[in-house]
Amino acid sequence: MSGTVHSRGSIRRRLMVQLLLGAAVLAIALFFIVQSLARQLAEESQDHILAAAASAILDAASVRQGELQLDLPYSAFSMLGNLSNDRVFYAIHFDDTFVTGYDDLPLALESNNFGPRFVTRLFRSEEVRIITAERRLASAGKPVTVEVALAQTRDGQRDQLNWISQTAATLGAGFFVSVAVLAFLAARSSISPLLRLTESVGRRGPQDLRPVAAPVPSEMAPLVAALNRFMDRLKTSLSRSEEFIADAAHRVRTPLATVRTQAEITYRRVEKEENRTSIREMIRAIDESSRAAGQMLDHAMVTLRTDHLEQAVVDLNTLSAEMVDRLRPMAELRDIDLVLNVLNKVATVGDAILIQGALRNILDNAIKYSSTDSTITLSVSQNAGWAQLKTNDQGIGFPENGVEALKNRYARGANVEGVVGSGLGLTIADEVARAHGGSLNIANNTEGPGACVTLSFPLC
Amino acid sequence: MRFLLIEDNVSLARATVDRLSLDGHVIDHAVCLADADSYIATADYDLILLDIMLPDGDGRSFLKRHRDALGSTPVIATTARSEVSDRVGILDLGADDYITKPFDFSELEARCRAVLRRRGGGASNIKILGDVRFDSLSGTLRVGDNTLHLRNRELRLFEIFAAAPEQIFSKSKLLDRLFPYDEEASENAIEVYVGRLRRHLQGSRAEIITVRGLGYRLSIE
Repeated sequence: MSGTVHSRGSIRRRLMVQLLLGAAVLAIALFFIVQSLARQLAEESQDHILAAAASAILDAASVRQGELQLDLPYSAFSMLGNLSNDRVFYAIHFDDTFVTGYDDLPLALESNNFGPRFVTRLFRSEEVRIITAERRLASAGKPVTVEVALAQTRDGQRDQLNWISQTAATLGAGFFVSVAVLAFLAARSSISPLLRLTESVGRRGPQDLRPVAAPVPSEMAPLVAALNRFMDRLKTSLSRSEEFIADAAHRVRTPLATVRTQAEITYRRVEKEENRTSIREMIRAIDESSRAAGQMLDHAMVTLRTDHLEQAVVDLNTLSAEMVDRLRPMAELRDIDLVLNVLNKVATVGDAILIQGALRNILDNAIKYSSTDSTITLSVSQNAGWAQLKTNDQGIGFPENGVEALKNRYARGANVEGVVGSGLGLTIADEVARAHGGSLNIANNTEGPGACVTLSFPLC
Repeated sequence: MRFLLIEDNVSLARATVDRLSLDGHVIDHAVCLADADSYIATADYDLILLDIMLPDGDGRSFLKRHRDALGSTPVIATTARSEVSDRVGILDLGADDYITKPFDFSELEARCRAVLRRRGGGASNIKILGDVRFDSLSGTLRVGDNTLHLRNRELRLFEIFAAAPEQIFSKSKLLDRLFPYDEEASENAIEVYVGRLRRHLQGSRAEIITVRGLGYRLSIE
């Protein structure tokens, strides 16, 4: 009955992957944002210091008699030295003429505004930040320009940026790891109601079709409601089938009972032999049809009950004793001794009603096919890991060929002419045994005449 | 024996009453549980035949209600439902046995005998025939100091003779009483059982006599 379930994807995995992807994107973004902010900050602070230093140099410049007077202020360089150990280059031009410093330090391109101009470029194979600032002075009534180019290498800034990058990377990785842990926990906790539901449904016995009552999250409510409706429908349909079968038996058998009883009365009253023979035939036919109807309905009930097999511990010793007690009057009618031989105490797990049905059919057969003044023995034993109910009779036994085929529906032995039967007894016993994971074995006795029928059930 | 038959299907009940009367039993018929209640209150029964499905309730509730009042009176439940579905619930609630409709009257008789035997029974089962003491319940025959157990068919055959000593029973009548209808049996089988009874009765004043062309009778000197 356990059908395969096609599963595709996993909610937990999908949730994890999505959360982790989001976390990774955020961590990388965090890294770049921190890094670029830091770089921007570092550049800005260098620019500010360069600007302050350049303006300090220019402030110190004056023109006297057409000559540039400039004492490079110490503060300008100490300002730059504060920042790092980067090297500093400068060049001073007066009226577009190089005056002092590094003559190969280029000035930034001319621009129209008077503000300082910044440029980053290679100088003496090192990356430097160059500021070019100018100041207009008056010399003998005409304006002259003092330009200063101040450059600083960026090693310190690079070191600082590296450090900040590392910190940002650590921060991003830490962020990612903590989000991953949270994602794992979140996925697990969001999946757990589903697991709980699965467990509570899976733990149920096959007869347990009560609705799921435990509270579930609102997202799962439609699923659980659908499941409950389905179980309700199943329950209704199962009990309807059981009722139908029981009802059908009632409706078929009651009129047959009337007819049979009337026939028996008539039989007692008639004297003429040919009438008596036909009434006997009538009674046999009634027996045949009521037995067939009964067995067919029993078989339907067995099929229904094996489809949702009960799992209770069944004491096979008690069950056998009760069955033998019940059938003993029938055996005695034909002077047959029905003997119960208990070798072990055994129990199995399953549906007691079905096992009773199986055993009754086998003992019924033994009684029917035994001759009078014989003995039928039912042995209850434990054998090779199986609980066995073995019935030995001294009757006609099974035909030599095709014994296994007798388990098929409506199959009857070639040697049973004249005995009322439906051909369903062994079918029922076989189906019950197999539904319990056991087996039905039919054979003839090894010593002496008669049949040996063994029902085996797993021990519990 | 006095039976109470509780059965709502009137035609089946009438036929059952007729059939049981043929065996010499007295039967009261109740069509519903209310009816049955008043019968129980007024008379004692040897055995109650109780249909499980009745118009005014479940036969099982009747059992529950009367289990104390019924005392040792055995109850055999009759049911037309599937044997698989009826479970042992009927027995759990206090019926002594159950029988599935349509039933063979020889099966009913066998079940009655079994439940009566289980319940003990009283002196009514014992019949003295000359120097033979016959207990129909335990199936024993005592001749002098010698007690022997009769097998089922011997018992049933002897019961017929013992119920009416000196009456002649034809072989075919005895055959009807002794063998179920689904069994082929010849009148020779009767001779076999009569032979056995004669052996058991040897040395007593009771004797089964062959009446040529008519049958057998039990004669007590």
